[in-house]
Order: sequence, then structure tokens, then C-alpha cells
Amino acid sequence: MKAYLVVILVGLCLGFVDRCVMLRNDYRHYPTYPHGHLTHLAMGFIAAGLGAMVVPAISKPDYVAVTFLVLAAQEFRNIRNMERESLGKLDENKLIGRGQDYIEGIAKVFEARNYLCMSTALISSAVTHIWSWPLGIVAGLVCILLSLKWMAGRQLGEVIEISRGKLHFAGSLLMVDDVVIMNVGLPATREKILAEGLGIILHPQDDDARMTLDNIGQRMAIIYDVVSILGSKIEINETELHPIARKNPDKGYLALFIVPNEPDVESLIDIVKKVPLLESAQGIGLSSLAGRKAAD
Amino acid sequence: MNETSLNHCILAIVCRRPEKVSGACPTFIAASQEEQQNICLLLARILGGIVHDLENGVYIIVKH
Repeated sequence: MKAYLVVILVGLCLGFVDRCVMLRNDYRHYPTYPHGHLTHLAMGFIAAGLGAMVVPAISKPDYVAVTFLVLAAQEFRNIRNMERESLGKLDENKLIGRGQDYIEGIAKVFEARNYLCMSTALISSAVTHIWSWPLGIVAGLVCILLSLKWMAGRQLGEVIEISRGKLHFAGSLLMVDDVVIMNVGLPATREKILAEGLGIILHPQDDDARMTLDNIGQRMAIIYDVVSILGSKIEINETELHPIARKNPDKGYLALFIVPNEPDVESLIDIVKKVPLLESAQGIGLSSLAGRKAAD
Repeated sequence: MNETSLNHCILAIVCRRPEKVSGACPTFIAASQEEQQNICLLLARILGGIVHDLENGVYIIVKH
């Protein structure tokens, strides 16, 4: 029993530490409010416990216990639903929402983090059981480092270049450089946009990035991140100042227009560079032979 | 939020020359450009829409 206790404790502790390390307080208002923290830490603890129990259950051997552990692991699929529902509900009352793609991405990450901490617990308890507990801790730490590396995710700044765009009007059409954003009727609104608005151009580095920028979910994620940091002057029933991203269909670059509370174009560019590249939006044309041939 | 609204439709037309428009959409005739812009602003705020300029003296209010 004592030998198993060490195995379980090492697995449990390292799995839980893994979850703690992956829990982030984020400026984009991920649901890491205090109660959200507690929920995810508790789920992480249970996941680490499940992972740590597998090796003692097999080596005892108690295959019924192993079956139950697998069944319990299935329950973690609910985390994705939980996050999706909670973020979807919050989205309904936002002036500018995250959009389904962003929510789905966040929900997937939360689910995957639990499986990672389960694996960390399993591996470190297995190493402790076969060799010794110091080696188990080392194995756990390696797992934590690997999970941080794998789960880091890519950012938009890796696949695009950003430059400032000039806001101007062609007749009644608002333009950022040569990209048409929208038709603005009232002269007073035009003056406000020219005085307080910001425009930037997002240039894709290759055809895959171009497809990424075509994705509506990715554009909503960009707008959401910008608005959650710089703010926006949009108000209910006054939607002329809604931030908009439109592309140049021939050249593929995207123009972003926003009237922020804090008109700082350098910060705007930094924020857009750090927007997560959504899994569902990633262009994959260049990974196929036909795509590479067509891109020549 | 159970809310019904007419989106992507012309909610109102504001013009100074009635011969430029026809159809069943509510049309407001203004005497001057100032009055026209004021009506547009008020209608946009009341209807929750955006004022678009057709560049022929006709303004439309559309909710997006």
C-alpha cells in the first residue's frame, strides 16, 4: 500500500502542478474569474487523480478499476460543452462578441489541458512505479515542459505583416487605403471617423495566411481582442462606429477599421499580432500538392 | 434575447426630390440639406440603423 501511495502521490501532484501552470489569467477575458479558476483546478485535480491511479490499478492487477477509470475519463468531454455553453451565453450580451469559432477554440483548449494533465500524472506515476520517485518527478517536469510547448498555440503575428492604413472617404464610402469598408451617410459621422478612427492593413505572408484572413471567425477574433483591450465607441442603436474587417479580394490583404476609446495605433498593431491563430481558421492549401502547384 | 427586427432592409428613405424614389418604403421629404441630415440622424437613432448616402441626394436608413 505504501509503495502505491508514493506512486499515486507523485502522479497526482505533478498532474495538478501541470494544470496550475497551464491555467492562465488572460487579458482577453478568458473565463478565468475566481470561480472559473476553482472549477478548472478542481477538474485538473480529478484528472490528475485518474491518471495517477491507472498504474497501481494495472499492477495490482485490478482490471475492473481500470475500466472504471477509462469511463471516468470520458466525463472530461463535458468540459468542452461547459465552456462552449458558458461563453456562448456571455457572448449574447456583448456589444461585440467573440464568435463561435473563437469560443470553440477556447473550449477545445480547456478540454485538452485536462487530458494533458492526466497524461502527465500517468507518465510520472508509471516512472515512479518502475524506477523511483525522483525519476518520476523528473519525468513529470519534462511532461509539464512538453505540454507548455505543445499547447502554446500560434499567433497571427507569425503569418501576417501589419502596416498602418490611411482612413479616407471616396464620396460616401469609407476606405482604408484602397479597401472599401462601408458607406457612411452623415457628414458628422464622417468627421468623427476621420478624427478618431484607426485603420491598419494585415498582409498575409503566404496563401495559407490569406485563407486564414478570409475566415469570418478569425476576423471576429481579431476584432474581439482589439475591442476588449482598446475599447470601442460603438453603442446600442448607434452602430456606425462598429469595427469592421474587409479584404481586398484581388490582393488578399485585410483592412481593419475601428474607432477605439484609446486611439493608439502601435498598441493596435501589437494586439493584432498576438491574436491566437484559430485552429478552425488555419489555411491548409499549401500542405497539399495541388495547393503548392497552384500557388506557383 | 427574443427580439424581432428587420435587418438588411431599407427602413426609411429621406430625400429632397420625391421624383427620385418610389415604392412602398416610408419616405420623408426634407426642405433643406440640414433638415434632411437631421431627419436621418433622428431616424437612425430611433430605428437603430445606419444612414447611407446614395450620392444623388437620397439617404436611406438600413439596420445591419
